[in-house]
Amino acid sequence: MAAPEWRQPSALCAVGGSLLPFFGYKTPTPPARNIVILSLGRAAAPAPISTQRVCMGRMPSATCRAGTARSFMEKQAIINFDHFTFQYYSQAEPTLHDINLKIYPGEKILIIGPSGSGKSTLGHCINGLIPFAYKGEISGSLTIHGRDTRQLNIFELSKMVGTVLQDSDGQFVGLTAGEDIAFALENDCIQHDAMHERVHKVAEMVDMHELLGSSPFELSGGQKQRTSLAGVMIDEVDILLFDEPLANLDPATGKKAIEIIDDIHCDASKTVLIIEHRLEDVLHRDVDRVIMLNEGRIVADLSAHDLVCSDLLRQNGIREPLYITALKYAGASVTCDMQPGYITTLKTNSAGAQVRAWYKAIQPAPPRNPHPSIISMEHISFSYDGVRPVLQDINFDIREGEMVSLVGKNGAGKSTLSKLLCGFEKEDQGIIRYRGEDMRDKTIKERAELIGLVMQNPNQMISKAMIYDEVALGLRLRNVPEEEITPRVEKVLKICGLAPFIEWPISALSYGQKKRVTIASILVLDPHILILDEPTAGQDYRHYTDIMEFLVEINKLGVTIILITHDMHLMLEYTPRAIVLAGGKLIADTAAAFVLTDPQVIEEANLKETSLFNLAHMADIADGTAFVQGFIDYERKLKNR
Amino acid sequence: MKLFSYNSVDTPIHRLSGLTKLICFLFLTFAVMYSYDLRVVLLVMLFSIVVLWVSRIRYAQIRSMIIYVLIFIVTNAIISFFFAPEFGVEIYGTRHEIVKLFGHVYLTQEQLLYQVTKLFKYASVIPLGMIFLLTTDPSEFASSLSGVGVHYKASYAVALTLRYFPDIQRDYRDISLAQQARGLDLSHKAKFMDRFKNALLIVIPLIFSTLERIELISNAMDLRGFGKGKQRTWYTAKKFSRDDYLAMLLSALIFGGSLCVSAFLNHSRFYNPFI
Repeated sequence: MAAPEWRQPSALCAVGGSLLPFFGYKTPTPPARNIVILSLGRAAAPAPISTQRVCMGRMPSATCRAGTARSFMEKQAIINFDHFTFQYYSQAEPTLHDINLKIYPGEKILIIGPSGSGKSTLGHCINGLIPFAYKGEISGSLTIHGRDTRQLNIFELSKMVGTVLQDSDGQFVGLTAGEDIAFALENDCIQHDAMHERVHKVAEMVDMHELLGSSPFELSGGQKQRTSLAGVMIDEVDILLFDEPLANLDPATGKKAIEIIDDIHCDASKTVLIIEHRLEDVLHRDVDRVIMLNEGRIVADLSAHDLVCSDLLRQNGIREPLYITALKYAGASVTCDMQPGYITTLKTNSAGAQVRAWYKAIQPAPPRNPHPSIISMEHISFSYDGVRPVLQDINFDIREGEMVSLVGKNGAGKSTLSKLLCGFEKEDQGIIRYRGEDMRDKTIKERAELIGLVMQNPNQMISKAMIYDEVALGLRLRNVPEEEITPRVEKVLKICGLAPFIEWPISALSYGQKKRVTIASILVLDPHILILDEPTAGQDYRHYTDIMEFLVEINKLGVTIILITHDMHLMLEYTPRAIVLAGGKLIADTAAAFVLTDPQVIEEANLKETSLFNLAHMADIADGTAFVQGFIDYERKLKNR
Repeated sequence: MKLFSYNSVDTPIHRLSGLTKLICFLFLTFAVMYSYDLRVVLLVMLFSIVVLWVSRIRYAQIRSMIIYVLIFIVTNAIISFFFAPEFGVEIYGTRHEIVKLFGHVYLTQEQLLYQVTKLFKYASVIPLGMIFLLTTDPSEFASSLSGVGVHYKASYAVALTLRYFPDIQRDYRDISLAQQARGLDLSHKAKFMDRFKNALLIVIPLIFSTLERIELISNAMDLRGFGKGKQRTWYTAKKFSRDDYLAMLLSALIFGGSLCVSAFLNHSRFYNPFI
């Protein structure tokens, strides 16, 4: 059976492979070539070109990478892949093909690629999970510190490579932060006093020393990640490997995480590898090289500047930084001498005028929604324990057919709000109205026919082996006759692009397809409102676009959609309106462009200013918010939404 | 959100290391388990009630546990009487009938003494166990178990259970609510078979999301060197203070005392007032 179009790896990927010789990936770019100019605010001023690398965001005197940069070429590679090929026993084809890659001590490398490109597998090879936990066939060689990894076991490797995994909650093995940091020392039989002393020292480096006694339930996502980081640094490893460090963090915490990683790289002179697909967020601080993978091959090995001004990002399904997209919309050609890799180094040169001209052509139109209200909250307050308020005096009104995002940091009350809407919890005060009618007396089951909730992790919803049964479940539980169920399930599977799989077992589906199954199993009940919790978490650009375009289709059918999200791109691109919660209060209910350009809202809700706003300033556009709104409108028109 | 309601109060008992408490618990338990002398059993029981009082455990915390145990030991006593009403006579070698119950079944003084002793033996272990569970920080469980010779991998399994129990509890609640929204009826109105099937609709997603979790944890543990050596140390292990040694000495003395009473006073595990 043919996989549907949205599962096929982009046909464009093949092009990337043929570009290989042009980027000379076998000889790494000497990082000394990557000159970073420290820029404060606007980068237009011609700064003197320094031959030493300077860590961004620090005082110019802190030349942490001087010295190491110059001596890269003389040193031996710390990680050396030589014609390395790996195939999982469970797979028909190798996941990594003929990898040749040298990484030198003290480098900071970003490994980028779409889902399934082999970037996580590459990480697993370096930290020893392959072949220790995941078995397969290896040919060629991989040496770390000059030792072939096949001669090493995972424990020896863990003394050289420290890995911070993606899920900062799931990898938290201790009952307190202190215990978690000490975990590696415990396994090394370090004595009590020495252990406590080292834990305290490392915890200070990541600013966790006052929280050593806290349990994971008391820590925020960022604090848990810092705990994990301390937990691997305590081993005094030379190489730090971060596997998608941004996946579960809100924008501000993600930004902070990138800063911490950079500081550690500078201060402790570690070799740092970051595996991510969110390019713009990682490039908040500088990296020495970007290695791009696709279909198990290295398709590029170059500096951030060279990458961003090439066509590789589009070809390989990686989202380019938003300011680059805006420059391209404005008709400016992005060239390497503009130093476009980082917003802080970008020199708009003549492009500034083009951006200004474009801005004049895209004056934003005020959004209008003439439809009547579908759901509203009036003066809603709620508390779990009657002491600590979780939601206070929440008021909003969502109109039929809207697509709204609900944002705010963890613990701001977003999930609680969705629970109140679904009737899982009862509000203490206030009224929830559905089409003007008080919902107070509606049960969970009755509300589910009006409001459907799709949880973040599809595995938390799927309870049947077969797709058909899973989608039919809600109807069967409502005792709908089987002859009526079949056409309804078929119809909804068709909408969700799952019609060819109607008789398939769910276990054969990819993550994105499972997500669709869970959406289908909710849609089959014909709700008028759909609430989705982080629908695109952990998805690469292509899958993200697939899921979101699918939601747009559903939205066009008349379903009102509320998205709970951390993803600012999602907010900007897909939801004209954003409701922002912070500390249980509604602090903004306005256009996404306003939310992401208002410093106070950004601060309170742990968001991050969009780089479009910076670009507007660089191009001397006074009203940055209007520029962002214009960009959104332009893009929407372009994509015909 | 903890498996046992550990209450963090500052008492001399709470200050003891978890390992000390486990060792004392084992000494005292063996002391009452070995001896069938009612006087010894009652003394240990009195001692443990005093300790319970010192550690400021409130009755509300242990009420349900006490009720369960009482039901268990009373049932146990009744059943063992009807299975072997003459066991006391066999042990003590004399026969003092109190009352004829029915048929050939008599209640004897010997049987009464034997059963009362046994009942108090069980009853005296409960406060000891509760003291250990409720005054030991969950973080210290694993290190205490490993301290008395349980393999560290097994001990760590205990720690992981404590760590992930609340997570799984939360998953369960979320899944249950989401399934209820799809129309799942968990109320008592549903028929038994339906309720069983409905429970599966929650348990299956729970298992799959838990398996995901397990893969992640075991990777995280491998990557940080868990299981490489024969031994490991524990961050939470408390260092022994003078009080720890005193507590262990005291419970060792009680254990020794119990052995001595049996060896030199009673010349058997049983206290026999009938000869």
